[in-house]
Amino acid sequence: MTGAARPLAAFPVFAQLPEAELELISGTARTVRFAARQRLFSEGQPARGCWLIEDGRVALDMAVPGRGQVVLQTLGPGDVLGWSWLVPPYRWHYGATSVLPTTATELDTEQLRALAEQDPRFGYTLVLTLFEAVLQRLQATRARLLDLYGSPDDQR
Amino acid sequence: MTSADTVTVAAEPMLPVPYRVTSRTAETRDSVTLHLEPAGQPLPPFQPGQFAMLAVPAIGEVAISVSGGPEYQDGALVHTIRAVGKVSRALCDAPVGTVLGARGPFGTTWDLPSAAGRDVVVVAGGVGLAPLRPVMLGVLAGRGGYRRVLLVAGARTPAEFLFHRELDAWSARADTEVELTVDRPAAGWDGPVGFVTEPLARLPLDPERTTAFVCGPEPMMRFSAQVLLRKGIPAEDIRLSLERNMQCGIGLCGHCQLGPILVCRDGPVVGYTLAEPLLTIREL
Repeated sequence: MTGAARPLAAFPVFAQLPEAELELISGTARTVRFAARQRLFSEGQPARGCWLIEDGRVALDMAVPGRGQVVLQTLGPGDVLGWSWLVPPYRWHYGATSVLPTTATELDTEQLRALAEQDPRFGYTLVLTLFEAVLQRLQATRARLLDLYGSPDDQR
Repeated sequence: MTSADTVTVAAEPMLPVPYRVTSRTAETRDSVTLHLEPAGQPLPPFQPGQFAMLAVPAIGEVAISVSGGPEYQDGALVHTIRAVGKVSRALCDAPVGTVLGARGPFGTTWDLPSAAGRDVVVVAGGVGLAPLRPVMLGVLAGRGGYRRVLLVAGARTPAEFLFHRELDAWSARADTEVELTVDRPAAGWDGPVGFVTEPLARLPLDPERTTAFVCGPEPMMRFSAQVLLRKGIPAEDIRLSLERNMQCGIGLCGHCQLGPILVCRDGPVVGYTLAEPLLTIREL
């Protein structure tokens, strides 16, 4: 299901973008809805699409032999899902499934890449914006690596 | 953090008084909640955020924050303890009927009255939920006196959340927003997976009308405070509960010194304005 996109400036990741860049990105946007338990993409597939989650929840997962699909992280309202389209080899590193009914703004990443290639200034702004989101995700992941809530017995 | 709370000091703060374990509830694989009743003269009332020195005869004494609600004003004590050392393990193992020593109340409070009329954001990591439970119980007991009430709590796994039944009850309330997240999901968990800063970052907050109460491992508190600051919440409206080697409880022995402060006396609850520069110095 699709529809008109929500204003991009309403998403924290794009809140500081200049009007001109917002307009360009908005031209690639549409609203999509996923039912609960719907597979969005799988590891290894060509990476197309970037989603700004409006509501709902999406789980990033990976198949681990003997453990099935292991959920690594969930994303919620305001989060960006999908940036493998930006970097070679343009394939998903993880899979994604909606845990709850989810509404998102989907960006056409073929168009976005073409715009970035035509206008490196736009491309730089776009990459810097997404990099900030990536950095926050990385910091949260590192914090989890610290295993801060483990007991002394767990650390041995 | 004691501007509006009434803090009472024990007449003999170095003298433990006998308290009997009247109930013991296993919270997780390594944490229990003990209800204690005075076996003699009761200690003065504790305020949310304050701590007691609990002693196990012949083993030792340890500082534990109160985890009971506002109903515990008659000398009874509630403490949630994680078994991490000799004394805390002995406390966790104490069966009903055991007589322990208790001193207190010590330290600063969460100063809940100063958050009246504002949005209350409670951020807990692991057993950090225990000292924050009195905040939640106090706010919910006087729910009409606050605007939004939000709890963001993280645990290692779903089984390691404290106060499961209360978390369910708070989640079911229409007037309370609860976000629980785990580092590692388990079978049957379809809630959020991620560090506590992730759901915190997603929350739309009104920075001018929010008071945040944060407790957990120190890095978790730093990361959470940074998210709150990024949202525009002033450092003076962010409160943390610090943990150091508290021994005397009254600022005499110096074991809990953290730079210019003694955590037993000037803490455990401090504003982030004071805490921020201290928490980034490795030697402290």
